[in-house]
Parts: sequence; C-alpha cells; structure tokens
Amino acid sequence: MSSSVETFYEVMRRQGITRRSFLKYCSLTAAALGLGPAYANKIAHAMETKPRTPVIWLHGQECTCCSESFIRSAHPLAKDVVLSMISLDYDDLLMAAAGHQAEAILEETVEKHKGNYILAVEGNAPMNQEGMSCSIAGKPFSEQLLEMAEHCKVIISWGSCASWGCVQAAKPNPTQSIPVHTFLAGKVDKPIIKVPGCPPIAEVMTGVITYMLTFDRLPELDRQGRPKMFYSQRIHDKCYRRPHFDAGQFVESWDDEGARKGYCLYKVGCKGPTTYNACSTVRWNEGTSFPIQAGHGCIGCSEEGFWDKGSFYSRDIEINAFGIEARADDVGVAAAATLGVAVAAHAAISAVKAAQKKGDE
Amino acid sequence: MSEQNLTGVEKVYVYEAPVRLWHWVNMFAIIVLGVTGYFIGNPLPTMSGEASDHYLMGWIRFLHFAAAYIFAIGFAGRIYWAIVGNHHARELFYVPLWRKSWWLGFIDELKWYAFLKKEPGKHEGHNPMAQFSMFFMFVLGSLMMIITGFALYAEGLGAGSWADIMFLSWVLPLFGDSNTLTLHAWHAMGMWLLVIFAIAHIYVAVREDVMSRQSMVSTMISGWRYFKDKR
Repeated sequence: MSSSVETFYEVMRRQGITRRSFLKYCSLTAAALGLGPAYANKIAHAMETKPRTPVIWLHGQECTCCSESFIRSAHPLAKDVVLSMISLDYDDLLMAAAGHQAEAILEETVEKHKGNYILAVEGNAPMNQEGMSCSIAGKPFSEQLLEMAEHCKVIISWGSCASWGCVQAAKPNPTQSIPVHTFLAGKVDKPIIKVPGCPPIAEVMTGVITYMLTFDRLPELDRQGRPKMFYSQRIHDKCYRRPHFDAGQFVESWDDEGARKGYCLYKVGCKGPTTYNACSTVRWNEGTSFPIQAGHGCIGCSEEGFWDKGSFYSRDIEINAFGIEARADDVGVAAAATLGVAVAAHAAISAVKAAQKKGDE
Repeated sequence: MSEQNLTGVEKVYVYEAPVRLWHWVNMFAIIVLGVTGYFIGNPLPTMSGEASDHYLMGWIRFLHFAAAYIFAIGFAGRIYWAIVGNHHARELFYVPLWRKSWWLGFIDELKWYAFLKKEPGKHEGHNPMAQFSMFFMFVLGSLMMIITGFALYAEGLGAGSWADIMFLSWVLPLFGDSNTLTLHAWHAMGMWLLVIFAIAHIYVAVREDVMSRQSMVSTMISGWRYFKDKR
C-alpha cells in the first residue's frame, strides 16, 4: 500500500540489490521479451526514472492457478516484479491486510491513482443469482470488478477464466460466468489484454507487466486481444517433436515404443496444432519442461472454450447438432454408408424396372 | 432445358472443352484432397526408425495443399468460364427457384427417381434435380471447403500472412469461437459432404447414361449430348 513516487531502481537498491545485479536483471528481462541487447539499457533507464505503477489484482471465480504460476516466475523473478517493479496495492492472495482494511485500499487507489492503475483480473464474474455465486466482502464480485474497471488505465485478463471463461463457463455453466471482456462490453471502454492459459506461463505474465512498465505502452495485441509476442505462434510451430510429426511418427498408445522414443503426440489428442501459446519456446519452471516434453499432449488450455472441445485424448471435437455426441468422421462415415446402401437398393430396383419394361415391349 | 423443343434433335454441343477439362482435373484434385485430408485428420500407422528417414506427413500435407491450389484455381477458372462460356456453363452457379417450369421439372425428376414415372424427360443440360444438388452440395460445398481450407492454411503460414488476413480473420468468427479446432471439424464435415455428393453424382450419371433418353457420361468427354429418340 504505497503512494510513493520511488522509482523501481531506488526500491531495488533499498533492498540491497547491487547495480551489477540490477543491470543483469535488465538484460535477462530484455532477453525474455525477445528484445535485442540494446534494449537492456532502455529497460535500465526506464526503471531508474519511472515511478512504480500501482496494480490492483482482483480474484473472481477462479482456482488461483494463475497466481501460483505468477509467483514462480524466474526471469524476472516474481519477487522483483511484486516488490520493485509494480506497487501491488491489492491482491487478496499476497497482501498482508485483511477484511475492511483490505477493502479500504480499493477505495484509496481509485481516489489517489484514478486512471493510472493497472487492473489485473484473475477469474471471472458469475451472472446467475445476481452474481452471488462469487461474492467478496458481502458484495457480488461483478460489482467490485465494474467499479475498479471504471477508473483503471488498462485491464489485464489473467488466465483462461478471465479471458475466455474456462472451466466454470463450460457447459452447462451453472453460475452463468462470463469472461471479463464480455462482462465489461458496453459498460467500460478500457483496453483489455488477454493473457490466457490455465494457468498462463509465469514468464509470460511477468513479461507482459515488464513490457508495459518499461515502454509505457501496451504490448501489440492480436485479433483476440492477446500479446503478439507470446501468442502469435502455435505450440506445434516450435514443438521439438515436430520432426516426428512431419515424418509420420506417432505415439499410438501411452505405453508403446513411440511413447518411449518421444514421437509426436498428435494421435493421442495433442492440441498443439490449434493452440497459440509460448509453451514450446518459453517452457515452464525456469524453462525446465512443458507438457509435451513430459510426454503428454497439449490440452489447448489457452484456447477459447477448451473444456467443451471434446476429450483431451482426441483431436476430434464432438458435434452435438445431431442429438447425440458424434465426431465429424463418424457422422460422415454413417452418412456415406447410408447413401451407399440407398444407391445400391435404388440401382437394384432400377434394374428390375428396366427388365420389366423390356418384357412389356 | 425444356423437352418440347428437343423433338427431332439428334445431338447438342453442351460442354465446351474448358468445362470438360476442368471437370476431370477437379475430379483428380478432389480424390487427392479427400484421401490426404482424411490422413491428416487420421494419420497412417506410425513409421519406425529415425525422423530424418521419413517425411510421410510432410508429403501428405504437401499433396493436400498442392491439390487445394489446383482445386481453388480451377474453381475460379470455372467461374470465369461461366461468364464467357456458353449458357450451359452458367447452369452450375444458379438454381432458378423463381421459375415455375423449373419446379415442374424438379417434381417430374423426383417422380422418375421414385419409380412413379415410366419415362423421364429430355434435358439438354442439367435436369432440375441435378442443378439443385450441384449447386447446393457441390458449388456451395466447394466454396466452403476453399474458404475454410485457406483459413486453416493460415495457421501454418502464421499471423499476418496473406491467408490470415484474407481468410482466417473473418472466417474464424463465423464458427462461434476463436478455437480453430471447431474449424478443423467443419472442414472434415465438408469433405464428407463432397464424398456424399460424389457417390450420388457417379451413381446418377451412370444410371442416366443407361436409363435416360440422352447420353450422360460420354457427354463430359466429347462435349456432345446425344438423344436416344427423336420424339
């Protein structure tokens, strides 16, 4: 809870971080953002001169996996982000204050930093039962979200819940939860950055924040509103198992030779070819691994409606239009087979009719 | 298309050379697209050994994309020919639902196929039922496949590519959400639509050749429609 105008650098020095470590950190951040070496100086300069930006981090209907991911960021370290780069004024998971004290911070922030704070939203708001499925301090979360969104500078939708709806918005969506951009549409006109994933990659989360603070502008977004620098390529495009895909070498079942040799997981339902995220390049836990490297197909967690797109172990989505759940190929084969039988029957009758006609003549 | 004015006529030149050429090139393209497309969705049994020894999926996908270009360019060329070619070349691209004579012919054909009529009508070009299914299944089906196909192609070319700007950008919102898995499923359904069309098309063409009052299969080879009687 700070209204100071300390710069990032001052705070870092105060915490006993040497200038050498500070510059190292700047270069690592530049590298994490995919920027050239020249940008390390820019980042250093920005951090030396700019005041810290207040961040309000709200939690709606979610599982906190976004926060769990965030605090494991290695480049930059989450503690550096939280303690030095931003002024995390409100985050009910990480803050010391509780109860009325905590809620008072929200009002104070709106008062002091009107139009200047970043609103980070983890989770989404339910619409059913007047939003009471998720209430904070006795009020529906939707009210808190709307109030804070009205006065912020920019909104970050952390994770698939805030970006797309995720598990609680999956069919039949009992609480009628809707993603942040849908909820705010027509009510609040603020830029929204979607950082989907269940959870998003830690370095992607801190990278997005670092970029905004360093360059004082939003990262370039794609049509879906996701930062291009992390979401413009598919897992498949940079997957280290891609050569096996091109060669036609697949894992057919979980204990076969292909699985042991690390073949492509396409046939056991890998969603890599339709998932836009940075897992195959940035990876997880300090670049240690990612699902495909661990031998499991991508489940497409950063894509819209991924819970409702069929099994994690099949690439075929179920089409409900026919009253039963069926795969596209099942419907096709059934229709083609039915037609084949009909054609054969029709041909047989035609032949009989033709013979009769010949007989009549 | 009507039968009255065909009395005494022996043969009519219906399909000009570009139409015939397109028909057969298109047939090969569809066969390649269908087979390779099926194997993209449901790959062949795994290859053994080193990845560097094989390029099976690579070739299957290359063939699919190459045939897709032939299919799409052929379709564009066919539209061009509908404009500059004879009036039969235009029959593929519209269904005269506003014409009473067309509806009468359509019912007539239905009766013929339901064995309720002893003798079919005579037709210079497509009969009304053929025109109906050619347009709604084949023309619209092909168009849907070309559009969804290039939209999916954009995934490989990447964000900002021509296919991304020209196709994926507006096609994706049509399918409900931004998850391209849905688009893949519809593209697969489109293939089955064309497979169903092909089965019906081949059966009907052969049956008409045998049982109708005009030539059918050979017409798409020579261009001439011969009438079996002069009534």
